[in-house]
Amino acid sequence: MSSGNGSYRVIGTRPRRHDGAEKVTGSAIYGNDVQLPGLLSGFILRSPHAHARITSIDTSEAEAMEGVFAVISGKDFPEVADKIADLGEGAVNLSYLSDNVMAKTKVLYKGHAVAAVAAANVHIAEEAAAKIKVEYEVLPSVTWVMDAMQDDAPLLHENLCTDHMGEKDEKPSNTAVHMHFEKGNVEEGFAAADVIVEREFKTATVHQGYIEPHVSVADWTTSGRLKIWTATQGAFTARQQTAEVLQIPISKVVVTPCEIGGGFGGKIAVYVEPVVALLSKKCGRPVKITMTRADVFEGSGPTPGSFMRVKVGATSDGKLVAGEAWLAYDAGAYPGGMIGPGCMCVFSCYDIEHALVDGYDVCLNKPHTSAYRAPGATQVAFAMEQVLDEIAEQLGICKLEIRQFNAAKEGVRRVDGPVYPRIGLVECLDAVAQSDHWNSPLEGENRGRGIGVGFWFGCGLKSSVNASVNHDGTVNLTEGSPDIGGTRTSIAMQLAEVLGIDTFDVIPQVVDTDSVGYTDVTGGSRVTFATGLAAYEAGLDLQKQMVIRAADLWECPVDEITVEEGEFKGAGNSASFKELAQQLFKDGEPLVARASVAPDCATNGFAVHIVDLEVDPETGKVTILRYTAVQDAGKAIHPSYVEGQMQGGAVQGIGWALNEEYYFNDDDTMDNASFLDYRMPTMLDVPMIDTIIVEAANPDHPYGVRGVGEPPIIPPPAAIANVMSEAISKRFYDLPMSPPKVWKALSETS
Amino acid sequence: MPIVFIPAQLKSLTGGVSQVEMEVDNVGQVIEQLEAQFPGIRDRLCDGDQLAPTLQVSVDSSMGTRGLRTRVAEAQEVHFLPVIGGG
Repeated sequence: MSSGNGSYRVIGTRPRRHDGAEKVTGSAIYGNDVQLPGLLSGFILRSPHAHARITSIDTSEAEAMEGVFAVISGKDFPEVADKIADLGEGAVNLSYLSDNVMAKTKVLYKGHAVAAVAAANVHIAEEAAAKIKVEYEVLPSVTWVMDAMQDDAPLLHENLCTDHMGEKDEKPSNTAVHMHFEKGNVEEGFAAADVIVEREFKTATVHQGYIEPHVSVADWTTSGRLKIWTATQGAFTARQQTAEVLQIPISKVVVTPCEIGGGFGGKIAVYVEPVVALLSKKCGRPVKITMTRADVFEGSGPTPGSFMRVKVGATSDGKLVAGEAWLAYDAGAYPGGMIGPGCMCVFSCYDIEHALVDGYDVCLNKPHTSAYRAPGATQVAFAMEQVLDEIAEQLGICKLEIRQFNAAKEGVRRVDGPVYPRIGLVECLDAVAQSDHWNSPLEGENRGRGIGVGFWFGCGLKSSVNASVNHDGTVNLTEGSPDIGGTRTSIAMQLAEVLGIDTFDVIPQVVDTDSVGYTDVTGGSRVTFATGLAAYEAGLDLQKQMVIRAADLWECPVDEITVEEGEFKGAGNSASFKELAQQLFKDGEPLVARASVAPDCATNGFAVHIVDLEVDPETGKVTILRYTAVQDAGKAIHPSYVEGQMQGGAVQGIGWALNEEYYFNDDDTMDNASFLDYRMPTMLDVPMIDTIIVEAANPDHPYGVRGVGEPPIIPPPAAIANVMSEAISKRFYDLPMSPPKVWKALSETS
Repeated sequence: MPIVFIPAQLKSLTGGVSQVEMEVDNVGQVIEQLEAQFPGIRDRLCDGDQLAPTLQVSVDSSMGTRGLRTRVAEAQEVHFLPVIGGG
C-alpha cells in the first residue's frame, strides 16, 4: 500500500542506520559502559513488604564497613512540595515522585527503595545494604483494583480524596481520580438498538520488558555542577525531575542520554538518577547504579492492570448506536495512571453517536505505573473489539465489514469531544480486505482467524535541532531526542531531503542538555514527526541562507537564484549543495542553522492486525501461525523502521495477550520478578510479522508523517482473543490467555 | 463564533448546558466568560492563573501548546481534556 518514493530522493528509501555499526560491534556507549576516574558502585536496598510503615532505619553498621563511601536514606532527600509539575508529556506530583525515588515514612510496594549505598564495588555495596537495619510496621495491602476501591480497603495515602475534575470528595480513598465523558444521549442510543452486548474484562499488570535495565552515573563535581549519564527516553525531563527531587536549580544539572536498550514509556520517570546524585554529593566521587532485572520488575513502573465493563448497542444492519464503558485502572502506589487515554480510546475507532465513559485511577500496592506504548489503549481495545465481534456474531455480519461500516473517519467526533481531521482507518481496513492474508484459506481443527483495531493519538510537543555545514558540504545535525528506533537516521533523512544531499552527508548526533535546545521525550510516537519537522525547518533555513550567499557570490539578485533537488542556479552559474557549501566556506561566515518547533497537532494513528492461530487442546498452548500488521504511517520516512515498530509492537502485544503478568503472592509481593518466570515472547514464539504500510498523509507535516511507535501494541490482545473464539468457541475476558487458563477452559467444556 | 464544549463533569455548574458560543480570541477569555456565566467553573479548570496542570485544551483537533494564551478563531471548537502521556 506504500506509495513508494514518489517525488522524493531520500524519503521512502532504506539506508543503513548511522549508529548501526557501533551497535552491532559493541562500541556504542550505553549507561553501563560509562567509566569515570574514581567511579564507585551503588546498590539500592528495597522493601520486602507490599505496605509498611518505616519505624526506624539504622545505617551505622553499613557505614562502618571498609570500602563503603556513602549511605543515604529518605531523610537525606529534601522535602518536596505537593506540587504538580508539567513534564512536557504528562504531569507529575513532585512529592509523589520524590517519595517513589526513596520512601520517607511508608513503603507502598515490594521493591520500594528505602536506602542506598556507594562502595568500592557492587558486592561491597550489596553486602553493606544488607547490614542496614530497617524496622517496619507491616500494614494490610491490596493489589486488585476492585478490592482497592472498596470502602474498607487498606488506604495507601491518608489524605488522598477522589478528584472529580477539580472537585474532591471529603472522605479519603484509594481512588485518586474519577473521569466522566458523554456524547449524545446514551439511553436514547440503547433504546434504538436491536442488539446489545455487555461484558466484563480483566487485564493483568505487565512490564515493558526493555532489555537494558535502568542505569545511571552521577558526578557531583566540586564546582557544584551535577553531571548525569543515564538510560532515558528524555534527557531534559530527567534533568527537570532530578533537579526538582533534589531541589536544586535546573541549570546546575547536565544530563547526557546514553544509547538506550528500549524504553517503551518505562524510561521517562526517574528512579536511579537522584539516588546516584545524592550518593555522589555525599562521598565526592562519581557513582553508578545498575538495576538488576528483579529491581526493574519490582522497582520501576509497569503498565496498569484493569477491570472494565463495556456495553455496546447496534441496529440490525450493524450500525453501532450506543456505547457505555466503566473502567478502573491501576495507578500503582501513587496517583497518576493511564485512565485518561483509556477513557478517550475505548470508542475512538468507531463512529458511535451516543456514548458514555466513566474511568477511575486507583492506587494500590504495586509499583507506580508508567506508560507502555499507547498507555491505556491496549486494555480498552481488548474489551471493545471483543464486544464488537460478539455483536457481529449475533447479527451474522462479517467481522471486517462491521468495522468498515462503523469506522471512524474525517469529521467523526470522539467521546471526549474533538472531531477527527484526515485519518486513515478506512484505508487500513480496506488494506486488510485486499490482503493476501485475509483472502487465503485457513483450515484445520482448533484454528481460527480474526482481527483487532487500535488507535493512538500521537503528539507533537517540543523539539530542537542544530545544523552546521562542514566545509566539505556535509552537515552535522545535533538533536535532543534519544534514538530508540532509528530516529537519528529518520530525522537526518528529512534534512537530507530538504537540502538535496544524501542521507550519509548528514551526521546526526544525540547530545546532552547543554548542547541543544529543549527537547521533549522520545515517546508519544513523536520523534520522527516533531524532531523531523525541526530538521526540515533547519534545512529550509540553511537553504535560505545559501540562496542569499549564492546571490552575493554570483552577483545577481536573490530572486534570480533557484533551488531544485539541491541544485542552486543563478546568473548562468550552478552548483550542488556540496559544491556551493565548499565555495561559501572560503567566502564569509560559517553556515549554521537551528530550529525549534512545538507542533500542536495529534498525528492520529490507526492499526489493524490479522491473526491466524492454533490452540493445542492438550496443553492450552497457543501457536501464532500467521500475523499481519496493517498501519497508517502517513508517510514512511524509512519504511524498515516503520516495519520494525509495527513488528516490535505486535510481538509485545502477543506477549501481553498470551503469557505476561505480574504474579502476586498472598502477601502481595511479586513472585515472578525474572525473565525466567515472567514469560515474554522470544523469536521462537512468533512467526514473521508481515507488515502492510498504509500512507494516508498527515496534513500537519510537510512529508505527511504520522507517529507509528504506539498503535501496533494495541490490537494484538483483542485480535488474539477474537481468534480464540473462532478456534475453540471460547471467549476469554481475562488477560493473559495463558496455557493454564486455556486448558482449564477447554477442560470445562469437555 | 467559537464553540466551547463543557466537560461532562462540569455540567452541574452550567445547569446541564453542554455547549456555549462566545466571542473570544483565546482560551483565557473562554475561561473568563465561562466564569461570568457559570460561577465556580474557573476553579475547576485552572490552578491560579494557569490552566490546571492535569488538563490540556484542544482547539478543533489541535492540542493547545500555549495554555490560556492558546488562540481560538471563528467557528473553532474548544475542548478541555485530560493530559495524556505516550510511551
